[in-house]
Amino acid sequence: MTELDPDLARDGPELTGVELDRRLTAAWRRQPGLIGWLSTTDHKEIGKRYIVTAFVFLALAGVLGLVMRAQLARPESGLITADRYNQIFTMHGTTMMFLFAVPVMEAMAIYVIPLMLGTRNMTFARLNAFSYWMYLFGGTMLWVAFVLNTGPDAGWFSYTPLSGPEYAPGKRVDIWAQMITFTEVSGLAAAVVMATTILKQRAPGMTLAKMPIFAWSMLVVALMIIFALPAVALDSGMLLSDRLVGTHFFNPYEGGDALLWQHLFWFFGHPEVYIIFLPATGFISELVATFSRRPVFAYPAVVVSLCATGLLAFGLWVHHMFATGLPRLGFAFYTAASLTVSIPTGVQIFCWIATIWLGRPQFRVPMLWVIGFIVTFVIGGLTGVMLASVPLDLQLHDTYFVVAHFHYVLIGGAVFPLLGAVTYWFPKATGRMMSEALGKLSFAVTFVGFHLTFFPMHITGMMGMPRRVYTYPAGMGWGTLNMISSIGAAILAFGVLLFVINIILSFRAGRVAGANPWEAAGLEWATTSPPPVYNFPHLPAVASRTPLWDEGEGLPVTTGLRVDDRELLSVTIIDAIPSVREPSPKPTIWPLLSAIAIGVTFVWSIFTPWALVFGLVPSAIALTIWFWPKNPDVPPEPEID
Amino acid sequence: MSSPCRASLLALVLLAGCDEQARDPRGHPLPETGPLLSAAMNPARPDPRAVDYYKNAFEVSQGQQLFQWMNCSGCHSNGGGGMGPALSDTKWRYGSSMADIVQTIANGRPNGMPSFSGKLTQAEMWQLAAYVRSLSQHVPQSIRSGRTEGLSVGEPSTLRDPHPPRAVTPKQDEASVE
Amino acid sequence: MRKLRPLLACLALSGCHGRQVMLGAAGRDGSMFANLWLVFLIVTLVFYALVLIGLVWAILRRREGGEPATRTGLLVWVGVISVTLAGLSIASWLVDRNMNRAPFTGLTVEITGHQWWWDVRYTSADPSQTLRTSNQLHLPAGMPVRVILKSADVIHSFWIPNISGKQDLIPGRTNDIVITPEKVGLYRSQCAEYCGLEHAHMAFDVTVEPLADFEKWWAQGLLPARAPVTPLQKAGYAYVTTRECSTCHNIAGTPATGQVAPDLTHLASRLSLGAGTYPMNSGHLAAWVADPQSAKPGNKMPVIGLEPDQLNAVVSYLESLK
Repeated sequence: MTELDPDLARDGPELTGVELDRRLTAAWRRQPGLIGWLSTTDHKEIGKRYIVTAFVFLALAGVLGLVMRAQLARPESGLITADRYNQIFTMHGTTMMFLFAVPVMEAMAIYVIPLMLGTRNMTFARLNAFSYWMYLFGGTMLWVAFVLNTGPDAGWFSYTPLSGPEYAPGKRVDIWAQMITFTEVSGLAAAVVMATTILKQRAPGMTLAKMPIFAWSMLVVALMIIFALPAVALDSGMLLSDRLVGTHFFNPYEGGDALLWQHLFWFFGHPEVYIIFLPATGFISELVATFSRRPVFAYPAVVVSLCATGLLAFGLWVHHMFATGLPRLGFAFYTAASLTVSIPTGVQIFCWIATIWLGRPQFRVPMLWVIGFIVTFVIGGLTGVMLASVPLDLQLHDTYFVVAHFHYVLIGGAVFPLLGAVTYWFPKATGRMMSEALGKLSFAVTFVGFHLTFFPMHITGMMGMPRRVYTYPAGMGWGTLNMISSIGAAILAFGVLLFVINIILSFRAGRVAGANPWEAAGLEWATTSPPPVYNFPHLPAVASRTPLWDEGEGLPVTTGLRVDDRELLSVTIIDAIPSVREPSPKPTIWPLLSAIAIGVTFVWSIFTPWALVFGLVPSAIALTIWFWPKNPDVPPEPEID
Repeated sequence: MSSPCRASLLALVLLAGCDEQARDPRGHPLPETGPLLSAAMNPARPDPRAVDYYKNAFEVSQGQQLFQWMNCSGCHSNGGGGMGPALSDTKWRYGSSMADIVQTIANGRPNGMPSFSGKLTQAEMWQLAAYVRSLSQHVPQSIRSGRTEGLSVGEPSTLRDPHPPRAVTPKQDEASVE
Repeated sequence: MRKLRPLLACLALSGCHGRQVMLGAAGRDGSMFANLWLVFLIVTLVFYALVLIGLVWAILRRREGGEPATRTGLLVWVGVISVTLAGLSIASWLVDRNMNRAPFTGLTVEITGHQWWWDVRYTSADPSQTLRTSNQLHLPAGMPVRVILKSADVIHSFWIPNISGKQDLIPGRTNDIVITPEKVGLYRSQCAEYCGLEHAHMAFDVTVEPLADFEKWWAQGLLPARAPVTPLQKAGYAYVTTRECSTCHNIAGTPATGQVAPDLTHLASRLSLGAGTYPMNSGHLAAWVADPQSAKPGNKMPVIGLEPDQLNAVVSYLESLK
């Protein structure tokens, strides 16, 4: 081993306990006050902000959903105008997909993953902060525009030419397309941070084969984001340039093609569904293992399923386009591919049920969400099988059947696990348990409300009701079913409200949780609740997939990281052998200022192309200062042999 | 949450009160059957209806659609001019105000411009006028119509010269019309 | 068994009766859809039941162990899913291929989607036999019809659920679909791709009738519009054919030759008004002409502001256009 600089203080047998805590806290804490709050690079703070913001967007979009249900409760209802309704359903879809579902999964991972991996912070901590600010600004821009009657109205999918320059006058669709740009930048930044953290910052000994399944799912998802999001970035960029500078990408009369939009959009849009769903399966794997008191059955099968889903997700976008008149022969391929993707999902469901079967299940609140997930999601998966078939899809496509299908998949398949995961990790983040009684009640109400809302939609769809209509004629037989859905929506909203009340009450006066209230096996439970700013006094080292169950209190640790400066331990990608100590950047305001400069450029560029020129200057300045080399006086740390 | 609050507050202040993005298919509350040009002869007090049309993206885009439907391009060629005078330049023989343009559409002009009075409703003429006005004048990007979904003729709207139009005497412009 | 099938399907979903339902099975594709749907429904229900049984068993099981058996179970499960999915794939493909093998007998209808109405042309080798109408479709029972689909503006989708699946109308492309209506009856079609403000009110009526009736209807449709008879109708005729209406609407045999709005030649013989928005009667017609923006807010017909006597005359004339 290379000699370490003896002058630098490091954690180890001689430096431990209170003194270690004091020095690590001094090294890792941020400045107090507003500036410090704005400049933090701590993944826990960023993660919490991300989660809270995403839930605010969930609430906003949920309210829009309720408004739609109120409008549709009766035929020919005049509660809101067609123009308002179209803005509302566009905002509902856009917010749920781009501002809630994907960000909240990243957000949960930003909070939990470094703790699960046993590291002090994420790689590229400032990029992580930047990602949050871009997300916040993009979402805020969209909602401010909506309040000002400039909400996009071409659907969350914004098909050209309806979203093009001629048929979508004004700034509405520009706002939508630019919001995509914001979430692109934010999503890609978060994905890069996530992938590198998972690959390089695991606890020593945590080989890829011993990594928690949630980390696996986030790794797959991060890579999917990196491959999928550029497609929609390109797409929205072309749309903006069609709209703002008069190019003809989507104009068939000048050599463009209206279908090009759909190909690029769904090449992103279908993987997007799995980008939302795979983290949820990661939650489920963690929850099932903890509450069945045994590791997930057939870990390799589950991991292979995750990777297979991630790969297959890129090969089935055309099943959104069966009615567009593409060559029929190709459709058979996409039917087969779409059906194939249910094999890995089926494997995972088997493994979860087998885990419960083989273990000693405890039916605490998170486990109830798991069961709710299986019961609900499988329906969504099976209706997905129907939609994969070309002859069936040609009927079911763009009807309420599809609305029912994807709400079963996205709420049943992603929101239920998410709520379970929030209940599960809430004590880690706050140090307090969520109320069990209120938790059970909110689960029951949400579950009933959900099925009451969305199950009738299968039938409404079969009875011929198309999607995205602001009203429907009386006498079609759709009235009763829609009324049931609307009542269910109110119950569902009440259930979610109970969940939020539970969070608020428990945050103030919940039972105090210890380090490991669920007696779980993952590393995140090895530190205190809530964790100190530096996460772990000594970085843990692991030798199995369930370190806390196998090692108990005597979890082995790694020592030798500096305590007077921010230092992380990088490991080799596959075997997690320590390879290098690397400095972790200090908090700084520049990610925020960069986000503001770039955000202003983005918003401004909707109004004039010159913004790209003028906006470049402050953006370049902010980025330059952000990336200015730091600590040139500290010698580089030696490699670890 | 102070930063987002401030940002949204600022944006609200900047954009508040503008209904240029609104989409009101019913037209505007002023009586559509009232006299067409209440103030055409009085440039100091322009017609109060004008602003509702030329400051609204939706109305301008409706005007653009009517421009195609009414085959205005047949003579004016997407604003570039042909058999009829160009609309995207800065020379206006009969005035470039909204009221002037509506007057031209309604009553026609010598040398070929037909009258659309009784063929188009007044709201449609205002929409057309708003679009025609946007061809030559500097209108904010947030209102201006984009390219059409069709064959592109003439220069793209984004490259249009934003200079304000001026009136020309018929004599001076005779050559270009013939 | 053959009789039992639709019954089963109806029990599962009460979507069999109605003018716009998927299990109506009033056409060749519609029947094939109903059968394939039933296959998928049964298979997926079996799988759902398996998952639920597994879940309940796992929850109720009070002992541990049995991992080797579970591993075998996983392999069996993967095998079962794969075989079933392969089966469903093949079934789906066979049905799809069958749907595309509809014999074609020569009747071609060209439909152009507009925001938010349908322009319909029955084309014929003899141009004088080409029939133009709007917002309605008459089809002969039992005869395959090729429907050519185009769009004048944005993407729409053509869908008569009782008879067949969807096909999009995409600007710059020409799509087609062969549909074979089988049961005589009255059906409703609605645009299935979001196409803007009034997407919800873009429907049309489909009348499936015996061939003889259809031919009679076609012959009738080729006639020019009826001449006005009463003084009121004559006044209406004068207004409609010279004023705002004629700028956009076409009425065959009159000076009204506009091409950007629905054809009105035999307006009063249609079943509905405003692209399937209202039933056709004089009350709705009057309300529509007086203020189309209240009747279907956002549609492209402007408020003309007719005086009461003008309105009476116009409605009276339009009503005579049988």
